[in-house]
Amino acid sequence: MKEDSQSNRWLTAALLAPTSLWFLVMLIFPLIVILVFSFGERAAVGGYAGGFTFEQYANLPSRLKAFQNTMIIAPAGTLLCLLVAYPLAYFLAVKVSRQYKLILLVLVIVPFWTSLLVRTYAWIFILGGRGIPTLLEFIGFEGVRLINTQGAVLVGIVYGYLPLMVFPLFVSLEKLDKTLLEASSDLGGSPFKTFLQVTLPLSMPGIATGCMLVFILLMGEFLIPAFLGGGKVFFIGNALVDLFLQSRNWPFGAAVSVTLVAIMLITVSLYMRLTMGGKSGRDQSLM
Amino acid sequence: MSVQSSNTQEIDIEFRAVSKRFEDVVAVENVSLTVARGAFFSFLGPSGCGKTTSLRLIAGFDQPTEGEVFIGGNSVVGVPSHKRPVNMVFQQYALFPHMDVAANIGYGLRQRNPKPGKADITKRVDETLEMVRLGGYGKRKVWELSGGQQQRVALARALINRPTCLLLDEPLAALDRKLRREMQIELQTLQRDVGITFILVTHDQEEALSMSDTICIMREGKIIQSGSPRELYDEPVSKYVADFVGKTNFFSGEVVDSNGSSVSVKSVSGQVFVGLQAKGAVPLAKKSKASIAVRPEMISISAADETTQNSDIVIQGRVMNRIFLGEHSEYLIATEGFGDVLVLTPKVLESHSKGFAPGDQVSISWGPEAALVLGDT
Repeated sequence: MKEDSQSNRWLTAALLAPTSLWFLVMLIFPLIVILVFSFGERAAVGGYAGGFTFEQYANLPSRLKAFQNTMIIAPAGTLLCLLVAYPLAYFLAVKVSRQYKLILLVLVIVPFWTSLLVRTYAWIFILGGRGIPTLLEFIGFEGVRLINTQGAVLVGIVYGYLPLMVFPLFVSLEKLDKTLLEASSDLGGSPFKTFLQVTLPLSMPGIATGCMLVFILLMGEFLIPAFLGGGKVFFIGNALVDLFLQSRNWPFGAAVSVTLVAIMLITVSLYMRLTMGGKSGRDQSLM
Repeated sequence: MSVQSSNTQEIDIEFRAVSKRFEDVVAVENVSLTVARGAFFSFLGPSGCGKTTSLRLIAGFDQPTEGEVFIGGNSVVGVPSHKRPVNMVFQQYALFPHMDVAANIGYGLRQRNPKPGKADITKRVDETLEMVRLGGYGKRKVWELSGGQQQRVALARALINRPTCLLLDEPLAALDRKLRREMQIELQTLQRDVGITFILVTHDQEEALSMSDTICIMREGKIIQSGSPRELYDEPVSKYVADFVGKTNFFSGEVVDSNGSSVSVKSVSGQVFVGLQAKGAVPLAKKSKASIAVRPEMISISAADETTQNSDIVIQGRVMNRIFLGEHSEYLIATEGFGDVLVLTPKVLESHSKGFAPGDQVSISWGPEAALVLGDT
């Protein structure tokens, strides 16, 4: 018996080793490097010079605008994504007949076949001077500016991140036992009440997963704000690109990164407690 | 085919020429029936016979393609399920997994407009929990309960709304045998206590026979026969019904003579049997295929050399197998020309002897009243 559990332990260790090593080298180690850098100073020619100072953190308020933009647009974009994705996921999971389901699901992923860069360029054209504003001029709305606004960035976000939201929602709605909806109706629940009392709470795991995926990725987004926000709507991601690649102020960049990771950890754990709080282990396992 | 429920006073549920088609599939075809208020009514049949669809037409989950469904005298065509005064107990219970027992049971009350007060709901929920013998279980999670307890929560969740009619879709199918017997008795008691109409869907003939006062046997979307359990057992109108309700021996042959309700059938081996036709059965023409049905308990068994009086038919055979069932013994007798015959003998009739053992030569016999002639449909 004892030998058995011994060899079992070795097997477990062997199976876990590659992933653990990967995480160590690719995640933990870089995080430590960034943390160390954030307390250093910028070398005269750029990059990192050793030292221990809180100067970089004291300097954070100079990037307040980037933090503000990210902290407003990332949650707003996540919410907008959810509002657009939920009806779509519901339609795919509940209403569409089996034979069309797969085709429609593939259509949701099709945009992923081209790079986000190319697709965002397309949106520059659509929202730019010769796109929708020109069409609006035809029907008498002149001087409408869409590109380089928060709205443009939000449109880009919803477009780019929709599939990430649709899939977890689809999975949880597909798993939903449809006889529960009949049971609710049988007990006198109107379709709207049934949605609020049965469908919505039971799709909470999908909502939580989808929002988490989209929100975390959005916090680090830089492509969409760079393209569709012009220089006006910039995220922390844009600030990081600027700090590491243009002004080569690595220690300050590291301090901004560390702050971003900290904010993310706090919001995500708060959110988890909010959506999953008070639920039992069984509900969580639905995720 | 029109069917009247046995104790017709006030009609609760009525089907008038109802048909339901799903694309090419006919689930229910031209069914008319009435269910009296306070009756325990069962739809009995194999899967795919249309019994569940019939129930869903009453609940309002499906709408009839043709015909009309009436609840309490009012046509409910087009009325959605959440506006119908009936409640259903689902096959897999369909309890809400994100609510505790009390919240599940109070669900129907909370949908009312105006919504009853919190204290009122709590009081009614507690009363209903007591009624299904689950007092104090209100705060439990539904998945912590056993199958039988979940079943009672499902019952309570439906009954708390005081529906005019309770629909039960194979409610006992997920329970083990012993629990099923208990719940059958409990359901009957409950039905007498609350006094509302129960409509049960089941494929289990024993369940239907033991609980209901009217059974409607369905096949391929149509009603084959409807009546009290006793009528169906004693006077089946077709081989299908006789085969479905209880065990029966069949001897197939051809009609040689028909004289009112008494019909003579010549079996394949040449023997002529005389039997009665059930009331309501389609009269059989001469030369048409028919079966003689004899219930195993109507056949008596005796040693081959013993003489039997008062019997119409005597057949020689050999005991193949004997199953001791406590109060009964079930014999399988191999006969020449009539195949294997099942005989059920009560223990009291065997007490004078030890019964028969496999290999014994015996003669089996039955009286003129025991045989029924059935069309082969």
